Amino acid sequence: MDKTVRGPAYVVGDSVDTDQIIPAEHLVYSMTEPDERRLYGCYAMSAVPPAGQGLPTGNTPFADCDADREGLPSRFKVIVAGGNFGCGSSREHAPFAISEAGCRVVVAESFARIFFRNAVDGGFLVPIESPQRLIDRIRTGDDVEVDVDSATLTNHTTEETFLLKPLGEVAEIVRAGSVFEYARQKGLIPS
Amino acid sequence: MTLTEKIIARHAGRDRVAPGEHVWIDIDVLMTHDVCGPPTIDIFKREFGEAARVWDKEKLVIMPDHYIFTANKHAHRNLEVLRAFASDQKLPHFYDAFSDRYKGVCHVGLAEEGFNRPGSTLIGTDSHTCTSGAFGLFSTGVGNTDAALIMGTGKLWVRVPETMRFVFEGTLPPYLMAKDLILSVIGDIGVDGATYRAMEFDGHAVYDLGMPERMTLTNMAIEAGGKNGIIAADDVTVAYVKERTDAAFEVLHSAPDARFHSEYRYDVSEMEPVVAKPHSPDNRATVSEVAGTRLDRCYIGSCTGGKLEDFVAAASILRGNEVRVDTYVVPASTEVDRALDTQQIDGVTLREIFERSGCKIGQSSCAACLGGPPDTFGRTHGTEVVISTTNRNFPGRMGSKSSSVFLASALTVAASALHGVISDPREVLV
Ligand code: SF4
Repeated sequence: MDKTVRGPAYVVGDSVDTDQIIPAEHLVYSMTEPDERRLYGCYAMSAVPPAGQGLPTGNTPFADCDADREGLPSRFKVIVAGGNFGCGSSREHAPFAISEAGCRVVVAESFARIFFRNAVDGGFLVPIESPQRLIDRIRTGDDVEVDVDSATLTNHTTEETFLLKPLGEVAEIVRAGSVFEYARQKGLIPS
Repeated sequence: MTLTEKIIARHAGRDRVAPGEHVWIDIDVLMTHDVCGPPTIDIFKREFGEAARVWDKEKLVIMPDHYIFTANKHAHRNLEVLRAFASDQKLPHFYDAFSDRYKGVCHVGLAEEGFNRPGSTLIGTDSHTCTSGAFGLFSTGVGNTDAALIMGTGKLWVRVPETMRFVFEGTLPPYLMAKDLILSVIGDIGVDGATYRAMEFDGHAVYDLGMPERMTLTNMAIEAGGKNGIIAADDVTVAYVKERTDAAFEVLHSAPDARFHSEYRYDVSEMEPVVAKPHSPDNRATVSEVAGTRLDRCYIGSCTGGKLEDFVAAASILRGNEVRVDTYVVPASTEVDRALDTQQIDGVTLREIFERSGCKIGQSSCAACLGGPPDTFGRTHGTEVVISTTNRNFPGRMGSKSSSVFLASALTVAASALHGVISDPREVLV
């Protein structure tokens, strides 16, 4: 996992659930076949209600597979969300879809626990909590940079820097890359 | 220690654990289904090798249930993947679709097949795995990666949760069901009110309930963000479990000096029928506040609202009457489905009651609870306003992003079906 991620921010509100992140009808695709796997990125965040798609203006789709962006469905690199991001189902397809779209960091006031563990254990993206509500301070499209080690978010558009919450014990899994690598390092499974 | 802490400690090989600690625990049962099973198997093979064997065949349960009765080719491909894996690994607990063993919705199937054993740990690739906690065990949902790790090692890391305690006292009035209790709790604490925590349910009113109704309480712990829901086992639990398995189990309780994060007390005799309004399970209103809301559809089904008690309750209201709007009935399991033909009210079977009142009866599965492929039974396609016994009403959950879903008990849904508008069961119950 990269230690810093920089790019356009995508801002959403509170309680964005897994059905909004990747609607259930798409869960039938293979997560390994390249052609099908790509579809997860294309439909990532597609069921967020239009008014909430990319705050504050809304109506900004997160991903667009028709646009040519060197193969990445989304131009956004960091999702900035309110509370309870990823609530709902246990589908690992949710952090997977966001990561397939090309976005590797989500900063939220709080996460639903299964989404959080899936993001970390699968090594799909880094979920970082923010002690303050950033969705009023950052606009979709702002050029932001997240430093995972120092737990900071810098908004280069407004030249503001915000302190995020340290990852705590899961930092070891994030650093290892996935729970499997972590388990190997700890000798729980043979390497 | 609380009940949840005790179970985690025993499975971590420790005398004690405290909330906030990270520990690795041994898993007694791992359950997966058709949506998350195939990607879990892919990860298992990627990490442990094509020829790897699962850690313990007896402890792996595969119950396809989500996308069964659909023409969708990807859904059928997923069933094939499960079949090949089960046969390759010689799995004894594979409940294949379109076979005599097919169960329907996994959380109800786990109970019926005796996999919910007090004192144990049960992990599933489905967020409503917390349902099993109604049997006094630790159960929670995980993603495919964690499940694949369990498949290879039998182990999972957990952060020991703090426990919130919900005590229900009093006698449950005939117009209320467990769904009213849990929707009230979620309305009180919010969809993230229990995030990372255990929710333990206790009190006489809880122990007056049968197992299926208790499962409705624990089923929706996840709708408050909870890690697990749990109810200590009693004689009712033990009788249910013994009828379905010879496996050993251990009944545990929270210690008298256990430390709880918080405690909420309810007198059920003073509670009212409630709904969760669109588009969130914590958007609670009393039925009387929303009575008269025009409906396009009623839906009775899912792991939380498609159990036998739900159909008995609905039939007691629908009996001898006709529904005014499309009403879909989906038994959660094949066992519940068969019971529709044996369970009677005044000599009439539940199936006959539903058929005569004009309901459409579907086959046991998740069906429209989570939308699914376009040809899914009961799925919404437009701007339908639905009242449903399911557990989630986020935008698009039942299919169409422009439909709106109210969540309610089977009694409230049945009363509403008779009038075509949201209706209070107290008006029709005699
Ligand atoms: S019935 Fe609904 S909530 Fe239950 S397992 Fe199926 S999709 Fe999930």
